[in-house]
Amino acid sequence: MRYLGLDQKRPRVAVFDFTGCEGCQLQLANKEETLADFLKAVEIVRFREISSAEDGLPDIALIDGAVTRPDEIERIKTVRERADMLVAIGSCACFGGVNQMKNAFDLDEANREVYGDKPKETIAARPIKDVVPVDMEIPGCPVSKPEAERVIQHLIWDVPYHFPAYPVCLECKQRYTVCLFEKGQLCLGPITRAGCNAPCPAGGLGCWGCRGPAADPNYEEFFKLAGERGFSEEEIAERLNFFGGFKGVL
Amino acid sequence: MKTKLEIDVHHLTRIEGHGDIKVRVENGEIKEARWDVVETPRFFEVMFKGKHYSSVGILAARICGICSIAHCLASLRATENAFGVAIPETAAKLRLLAKHGETLQSHLLHLLFLAAPDYLNVPSVLPLLEKNPELIQIAARLKGLANRMCDTVAGRTTHPVSLLVGGTAARPSEDKLIAIRGDLERSLDDLSAVRDLFKTFDIPDFVRETEFVSLKGESSYPFIGGRLMSSDGVEKAEHDYLVMTNEYVDQNNTSKWSRLSRESFAVGALARYNNNHRFLNSGAPAVAEQLGLSPGCHNPFMMNVAQLVECVHCTHDSMRLIDELLEARDGETVTAVTPKAGEGVGAVEAPRGILYHHYEYDKNGRIVRANCVVPTTQNNANIHNDLGALVAQYVSERTTDKDIERLCSMLVRAYDPCLSCSVH
Repeated sequence: MRYLGLDQKRPRVAVFDFTGCEGCQLQLANKEETLADFLKAVEIVRFREISSAEDGLPDIALIDGAVTRPDEIERIKTVRERADMLVAIGSCACFGGVNQMKNAFDLDEANREVYGDKPKETIAARPIKDVVPVDMEIPGCPVSKPEAERVIQHLIWDVPYHFPAYPVCLECKQRYTVCLFEKGQLCLGPITRAGCNAPCPAGGLGCWGCRGPAADPNYEEFFKLAGERGFSEEEIAERLNFFGGFKGVL
Repeated sequence: MKTKLEIDVHHLTRIEGHGDIKVRVENGEIKEARWDVVETPRFFEVMFKGKHYSSVGILAARICGICSIAHCLASLRATENAFGVAIPETAAKLRLLAKHGETLQSHLLHLLFLAAPDYLNVPSVLPLLEKNPELIQIAARLKGLANRMCDTVAGRTTHPVSLLVGGTAARPSEDKLIAIRGDLERSLDDLSAVRDLFKTFDIPDFVRETEFVSLKGESSYPFIGGRLMSSDGVEKAEHDYLVMTNEYVDQNNTSKWSRLSRESFAVGALARYNNNHRFLNSGAPAVAEQLGLSPGCHNPFMMNVAQLVECVHCTHDSMRLIDELLEARDGETVTAVTPKAGEGVGAVEAPRGILYHHYEYDKNGRIVRANCVVPTTQNNANIHNDLGALVAQYVSERTTDKDIERLCSMLVRAYDPCLSCSVH
């Protein structure tokens, strides 16, 4: 494949999984209409969930999941040393994801409750960037495959990728989705970064903010709007803290 | 008998999550044959505490990236049972259709992307892009259709958005349902091609008798709710699930283990087939017969065949559901919900086996206590015991160390384990 008279690079890509549901990795094996092309456009050197082969050091390491155990700190450091570029994929890797909700509890007590007198090792959940430098973050729970594909295309051609600055609301307008506030639901669409193509509001669920904040979000107006529509501060705070992308906002 | 053998598989590949196989034979004696789950615990049961019922299904889905619809459905059912909510018939049909979409998606991913490479002697599907592009096309078509079904009915395949307490948020348009109906009909040819491929596979001849646990079919092959049964004759109501699961903590595993009438039991496609085969629809029993699967099968490697049989069943049953949905056009999809204090259990057949969510709510509809018992959690002890028997069988034959390692890996894969899920 050539573009503007240039030969395409075929980056060596590796996928590494940390604490999470592995749903983001699964997205990489989805979008079947372009799956074969996607897998040919890159050279997969490691992808444990679908392959037994392991073949050298990657140009790009895709990281799925958060860090929640000491051995994962060592493992992510090793990956960082070996990869040229490290990309966090999904809300767990970018913000800690739902895992970080356990940080609000006493972990010893949590351990006793689940494992009784045989506790298992665990530490507070952390996003990847809190442990090693991260070159790029593709958020989402799960990550959107079309967006991951676009990012990879940009990396192949060495063209900087810019995430949308605008919020999810704009994508709802583009696909003619009726505003969820109009249906009496709370929705974080006005302050959440777009790029997912707003599947949740289209399916009848207000946005939960899994992609974190849009550029320069107008929190003040948003809180006013949500308040006027009858949503309590507690309710809004719960939702903002679900995936960890709005940490410290409320 | 080999005098010495050492197998140490760290983080087995082509499965969901992190698990290790360790085998040690010294002086002709099996010293160790272990299956250990080392996945990081996430403490979902703790994170559920204090959650409002409207967010519980959303959090439950995040337990698993492959079977998020099953977790969401078990969660919704537990909440609905706690509140005494009955969902509309249309919603029940839509939920089952989404469930079938997930079963197909998950089974096909496992059969073609994770299990088949072992039988085709390749490390993954990636070399098949060049070697066997036709198979990749079939896999992409089948998996694509299953994902499209989930997207259409549940709004998204991974972490559904349209399933909520009381029913479903929306009803898919007629056009979309008709299009999927047509694709399902056409996909039967692709499923036949997969059946023909599996006919060529040399499935290991290994049998270890065990107990099989699943939902109990009353008039159809069961997927959502109902009574619980085991092949050893235990039968319980859905809310008595703890009698079936008996979880305990193993020192070497972050996943709990389970037992019932014996030292371990199995759940999943083979358990469902053995316990409920008489409810399979027209096309499915023929496929079982063609691939040498018959009721009362105790060969865990046949789990893959049972999954394929279920794919045929779910495809036919999805067409039936769509026909019924197209006939009754204006049924409600959601019921009003009033929270109240109480407890509820939801049992659902996830692709990998029976799954339970159990919640206790306060009067404001917030969770006081939660418990989830996941299919692979119930399978792990059985996998471990199978592994011991498998090593004992093959170590005495003329099998190379590498082949024993391969067989051990294939055995674990046959269960299609979902380890993130099992630890949660």
